[in-house]
Amino acid sequence: MTLSTEPFVVNIGPQHPSTHGVFRMRVMLDGERIIDADMVVGYLHRSLEKLAEERTYTQNIPFTDRMDYLSAMSNNLGYCMAVEKLAGIRVPERAEYLRVIMAELQRVANHSMAIGTFINDCGAWQTPLMYMLAEREKILDLFEMTCGARLTCNYMRIGGVAFDIPDEFLPAANALLADLPGKIEGYERLLMENEILIARARGCGVIPRDLAINSSLSGPMLRGSGVAWDLRKADPYSVYDRMQFGVPVGENGDAYDRFLVRMEEMKQSTGIVRQALGDLPRGPSKVDVPLSIRPPIGEAYARVEAPKGELGYYVISDGGTAPYRFHVRAPSFINLSVLKEMVVGLTVADAIVAFGSIDIVLGEVDR
Amino acid sequence: MGLTLTAWYDLRDLGNPVNALLGWIGQWGPAWLVYIIAGAIGAAAIGAFLGFTMLGLIWIERRVIGRLQIRLGPNRVGPFGLLQPVADALKLMQKEALRPAGADKLLFLLPPVLIFIPVVLTFGVIPFGSAMTVANLNVGVLYIISIGSAAPILVFIAGWSSNNKYSLLGAMRVIAMAISYEIPMVLALLGTVLYAGTMNLNGIVGWQRAHGTLLILLQPLAAIIYFISASAELNRTPVDIAEAESELGAGYHTEYSGMRFGLFYAVELANGLAVSGILATLFLGGWWLYGLDRWIPNWLIFLSKMFLAYMLLVWTRGTLPRLRIDQLLAFAWKFLLPLALANIFLVGLEVLIWQQSGASAGLLFPIFGVANWVLAVALVVGYSKTYASRGLRRRTIRVVYDLGAQKPVELIGPS
Amino acid sequence: MTTAFAPADLADLLRRQFPDIEAEAGPGWVRVASGDLLRVFRFMRDDPDLDFVFLCSLTAVDRLDELEVVYHLQSLRLNHLAVIKVMTGRENPSLPSVSGVWYGAHLQEAEAYDLMGIRFEGHPNLRRIFLWEGFSGWPLRKDFRQLGEGAYNPGLPHFPKEGGARGVLAGPNWTLPAPGSTRAETDEK
Repeated sequence: MTLSTEPFVVNIGPQHPSTHGVFRMRVMLDGERIIDADMVVGYLHRSLEKLAEERTYTQNIPFTDRMDYLSAMSNNLGYCMAVEKLAGIRVPERAEYLRVIMAELQRVANHSMAIGTFINDCGAWQTPLMYMLAEREKILDLFEMTCGARLTCNYMRIGGVAFDIPDEFLPAANALLADLPGKIEGYERLLMENEILIARARGCGVIPRDLAINSSLSGPMLRGSGVAWDLRKADPYSVYDRMQFGVPVGENGDAYDRFLVRMEEMKQSTGIVRQALGDLPRGPSKVDVPLSIRPPIGEAYARVEAPKGELGYYVISDGGTAPYRFHVRAPSFINLSVLKEMVVGLTVADAIVAFGSIDIVLGEVDR
Repeated sequence: MGLTLTAWYDLRDLGNPVNALLGWIGQWGPAWLVYIIAGAIGAAAIGAFLGFTMLGLIWIERRVIGRLQIRLGPNRVGPFGLLQPVADALKLMQKEALRPAGADKLLFLLPPVLIFIPVVLTFGVIPFGSAMTVANLNVGVLYIISIGSAAPILVFIAGWSSNNKYSLLGAMRVIAMAISYEIPMVLALLGTVLYAGTMNLNGIVGWQRAHGTLLILLQPLAAIIYFISASAELNRTPVDIAEAESELGAGYHTEYSGMRFGLFYAVELANGLAVSGILATLFLGGWWLYGLDRWIPNWLIFLSKMFLAYMLLVWTRGTLPRLRIDQLLAFAWKFLLPLALANIFLVGLEVLIWQQSGASAGLLFPIFGVANWVLAVALVVGYSKTYASRGLRRRTIRVVYDLGAQKPVELIGPS
Repeated sequence: MTTAFAPADLADLLRRQFPDIEAEAGPGWVRVASGDLLRVFRFMRDDPDLDFVFLCSLTAVDRLDELEVVYHLQSLRLNHLAVIKVMTGRENPSLPSVSGVWYGAHLQEAEAYDLMGIRFEGHPNLRRIFLWEGFSGWPLRKDFRQLGEGAYNPGLPHFPKEGGARGVLAGPNWTLPAPGSTRAETDEK
């Protein structure tokens, strides 16, 4: 006797503890298996690209903070690089080193949050999240010391950085770097061999390598699928070509590999910060640039390796004080291209885990 | 199995004053009056105990899990946050208890009220002291198992009547899990019954007292299996998929708000306490601890054992991630069930040897204890090696220092 | 270091491969006609010397007379980058969808449709992804007025008693555009 069943549609989100923001996924379920998935975004659409066309280039820097609000420094960096490319401004060395320090510290902070929330999605009642957020707090203290804000830093300027680091930054940063690698090792030991985590995350949300490249994935998603591509090495910007660091590349493209990649990136980032702090040259931290800068007519596409992936800024200037077109190549948005392929065939629980391993921030998806 | 002192003022066993009172009433009143008053005192005692303890349990949950997560738990309301549960209860009581429009009218309101019943009934047979059992049933263990099986039905009613797909998913999972984990649980408890020869909980404690051994020393495997299965019955992490917060919103109690949700939450904690109570009674010796009950009231000993076992539940809740439903069911059927059967086989063998050979317990029990522990460790470790994910633990990343040396990227075929 | 594939060389290569197309090389970009788009992209992706397997970014730009879509392409193995531009008209803008060539284009094309109004033929699921269904108008276009358009009026006017029927939205110095007088289209997808 065959039971008559019918698939039913469930909304995951927009209010959901695990969708990392206001994100809605409509899945068609057959029992517990997902047979079709569709995403609905736009709950956080603030039309930043349109708003940026009416503000000066410097006034747009806080907008970039609020896109991927968990890694504001990287966003600022990309935008400032794009405008500097347009205007042909050279940034002083000290500012470049400070930018690298802040960007890498931001990477550690972002990955702490990403891994913590990923394991939260796997079900561990916020305990690993709390542990990882403890490290993030110290990094945010450093940010607050430097630019006054923990989250939306607004630190980089066109032509350098806004403020030079205060005197208490170096001792605090050195103290943090002294025990951060040990802590990261500790968390890795705590989490990596956890039987339940492996059972949940291994083989979950597999993205084959060819699909990853064809879907314009970037960041830990691309590297987790086995493609050794990192903009800091392939297209070095700022002073990354002087830094020695490694890039972790996974094998299987499942959620566990991405988790391992993020863990390893955290470790490598502490190495970069240590090198940059050691080599920090003296000098000005900002070039004198008019507040309402008028870059010559033209366009520039500058990209950084943000913690989430390739963050690109495509800025077109028409000679005025405001950009003619300001487009953000948001990694979280584009990483969502493979959502359907990743999620169809999994159970709901696995879909949540796979989705958590993409590490999206809705501010960036919706802009 | 009474104490040496049974005067009515002997508070080392709170049954003493009660029995004295009942005896006095029995002298001038009819028998049914004694019966009713005994029942009333017992019910009131459990009610008061549960009422206060549930507040304490909420505090333990939040504060201890907070400390596990290297943060302070609630510490504002009252000293050390001890009045936080009161604040929680007041908050829940003054919230609007919504009922979804499409929910089944009667069935939606029933579960929060009825779900108390299995818990309270379970506490009725647990011996808090030597003369402090509300209902000294001869089939205590069977009674506990059957009452505990009633709870998943109410959970399913809650999930189904909410007219919410998430709740329905959670409710289905609860049924699957409850059925799967019943069997290892029953088999684990059966081991203790085989040793003690009685299903009476007081009798099992008395057996442990008579033979001077805690059953956990003889039956580690049964204790572990019971612990895991019972926490699965309770829907606690790592097996709390029924209310998996990060997946389904809140599972079967998504649509309940206000005090109805408060009742679900409180009953979940009280259930945890009941399971700890059973663990303490059957495996840890109940109210007896090697003669310590001469100086310390036996109900205090029992309460400390119960809360010790409860701490173990809280600890696993705060630490482990959650398994998927099919992994959980596989765990129950493929791992726990064979182990429980092996345990029963061993226990039966040992009881047979003990009774047939007529040797004294003092000689055989240490041998059995050591053998059981060694076999338990060997079985668990050995079986898990074949069952667990050894090969998947490999660290499958490589660190690339020079991108130019990577394998060339393969082209994708024409679309 | 990612090199920019010289536009002049790229245009020559494309003209040699497809003699009938028009490939115009500008400072940093190559412009291609919309009809030849799919052929050119498939060639650029599959040719082993070009190997543009990675679509970095797909951007729609409003160039006042026409709408333009800019494609930034990257080769991972050969580590070079190219920029391709395609123009289409303002009335009924339509381009072939490249989501068959690079699957990662499908969300970016949906965004371009949603904000600029460019239809992509052959797109698997062209819909408004950021704005709600039934929103009328293409916000990122230069002629989209931020006030008075769209089917949804969020909230009440702040000071209803000031300045007439729509309150502060219609002040003494300027008025709202009459409905239907702007060039925004209504589309119900």
